[in-house]
Amino acid sequence: MAAYIARRLLLAAVTIVAVSILSFLIIHLPPGDYVTSYIAQMAAQGGRVSAEEAQNLRIQYGLDQPVYIQYLRWMGMIVHGNFGMAMEYQLPVAQVIGDRLWLTIAVSIAALLFTWAISLPIGIYSAVRQNSMLDYVFTFVGFIGLAIPNFLLALLVLYFGFKYFNTNVGGLFSAAYADAPWSWAKFQDMLAHLPVPAVVLGLAATAGQIRIMRANLLDEKRKPYVVTARAKGLPEYRVILKYPVRVALNPFASTIGYTLPYIVSGSVIVSIVLSLPTVGPLLYSALVALDMFLAGTIILLLGTLTVIGTLLSDLLLMWLDPRIRLENR
Amino acid sequence: MIPAELLTPQVHEPEVTEAEERISVATQWQLMWWRFRKHKPALVSAVVVILLYLTAAGAEFLAYADPLASDAQRGLISPQPLHVSLGGLSVNGLTGQRDPQTFKRVYVEDPTVNIPVSVFAQGFPYKLFGLIPMDRHLIGVSGGNRTAETTLFLLGTDQQGRDQFSRLVFATRISLLIGLASVAISLVLGVLLGGLSGYIGGTVDTLIQRLIEILRSIPTIPLWMGLAASVPKDWTIEQVFFAMTLIFSLFSWTELARVVRGRFLSLREEDFVMAAELVGCSRLRIIFRHLVPSFLSHIIAATTLALPAIVIFETSLSFLGLGMRPPAISWGVMLQEASNVQTAAISPWLLWPAVPVIVAILAFNFLGDGLRDAADPYGV
Repeated sequence: MAAYIARRLLLAAVTIVAVSILSFLIIHLPPGDYVTSYIAQMAAQGGRVSAEEAQNLRIQYGLDQPVYIQYLRWMGMIVHGNFGMAMEYQLPVAQVIGDRLWLTIAVSIAALLFTWAISLPIGIYSAVRQNSMLDYVFTFVGFIGLAIPNFLLALLVLYFGFKYFNTNVGGLFSAAYADAPWSWAKFQDMLAHLPVPAVVLGLAATAGQIRIMRANLLDEKRKPYVVTARAKGLPEYRVILKYPVRVALNPFASTIGYTLPYIVSGSVIVSIVLSLPTVGPLLYSALVALDMFLAGTIILLLGTLTVIGTLLSDLLLMWLDPRIRLENR
Repeated sequence: MIPAELLTPQVHEPEVTEAEERISVATQWQLMWWRFRKHKPALVSAVVVILLYLTAAGAEFLAYADPLASDAQRGLISPQPLHVSLGGLSVNGLTGQRDPQTFKRVYVEDPTVNIPVSVFAQGFPYKLFGLIPMDRHLIGVSGGNRTAETTLFLLGTDQQGRDQFSRLVFATRISLLIGLASVAISLVLGVLLGGLSGYIGGTVDTLIQRLIEILRSIPTIPLWMGLAASVPKDWTIEQVFFAMTLIFSLFSWTELARVVRGRFLSLREEDFVMAAELVGCSRLRIIFRHLVPSFLSHIIAATTLALPAIVIFETSLSFLGLGMRPPAISWGVMLQEASNVQTAAISPWLLWPAVPVIVAILAFNFLGDGLRDAADPYGV
């Protein structure tokens, strides 16, 4: 078990380093460097930066050093909680991101919960009543869910909400709470707004999960121990729920590792369409303005969060599955 | 009473029916085709996919208007339904009016005017498949002088007065080509890395597997957005197309590599691989000459299943304005017009590009499923 945890931790650490290198790469990809953009920004606002000043800035940010030293400096800054400045806002990146990171997590977790709450019972039903009318209906709906890109579904939901209910289903807060400090009422308001993005985000993943759960349970259902349980005279719901479902749950749980990156990924694009106050729209505007420090930091944070989430799900799986827990004992 | 034929001993010749004989002499590809034929959704999807690619190839012939010709005066005209009657195809004409409030010129359908639509009509000149100079189009309005009142807008126009139908036809070309090109590159990467991983094994295998695991646990859309935003603004359509292809294939080879590795692991113990090794074939030759052909069908299936993801990402990025950008036309670029809900609510035909996106993704998925089943025709 210790070996399993150690292996997972090591992989997570390596992945985070890989994400940080990729984020750094993105910061440095556009032509010119931070100071060039800063000068352009100042010029746009009517200010001027002298060549001497520019040189000083370059030294201050370490832009005259080799790339790998710049990377290490950047990592050093981040470890100290200093994410640099967001040019567009003239504020520290951490302050610009603020609550948005936690709201991103909230939306992603809501989507994940929705995915599970829907796909688990439907998967079980479809396996138990294989080839029934509802099984086909769910399969069909699942395929449609797979085939509609996230952003398109968000767009369609917005469109129908606007056209037939004349309301804006986007956003995460009512106007009254948007800028208000956190309170119980604001929290409730957020909960009321969460279902739409959660459903939009979760639907595509749900289709995949239903298929996995259904296939697993179909495999298990035909095994002799199920026949034995039925022969002993257990009521049908216990035959299904007590044995094969628990076995089928393991591969199902292990897919959370792939579902989470998928959902976080999707949340960025859905947030832009539904104008949710998460990091998605911020990342988008930063990329359009080529504010690469802000963009790189967001990509790094999203990647790190995903890796941590995946790690947690691996530990959960270990707790669920005795075969991993008791390994090497 | 016991029936007579049970009492008389009978010699049982192994009876081979004609159908069984047909199966035992059939080639592998024939068996696959028979298996594939049974999967009806996949069969229908194959036809849809072929039609989509034909649309992409013959876009100039199918479109009846220049997809880039804009005219602000004709902005947001609603679709004209096509009437079929004994006299042939026709649409109702449009009359231009001045909106009394906004003073904008608007076009309203006029049921009294009938504009005949002819097949193989003359239109803008082009070269079919880039070779044959032509000026005929599948349908169109005859006559040279085309004012807004006498022209055809099957799916309406966008805000800049460009014909939606013609744009949709041309968008199919870029959206499908980008998928094909990206899949081609990730195929090479996937077969190479998956092949090395499965064939050599050991440290190389561990390294490549960890690399795949890392790439799969990173949320790709933010990364893609970051990479796509770094594509310089002054690049030409071809350059952006190339950059997008590279960005997509950079992350989509992992699934292919996984499939290839699994096949290699199960095949590398076979006798024919040993034989090839003994006569001194190089590793690359064994991989590409002996191993790849034996699981080509599996690769084709995995490749088809990789296409929908790329279509989704291209559409998403272009929709955000980070992927293909105007004047390039793709489904995502077209959907950008509908990104404002108010506009989309007034002119719902701007959402039309959503239809080919969904159809293409469904078709590739079903086709891939069918191919995957057919790839192993010896199973149950």
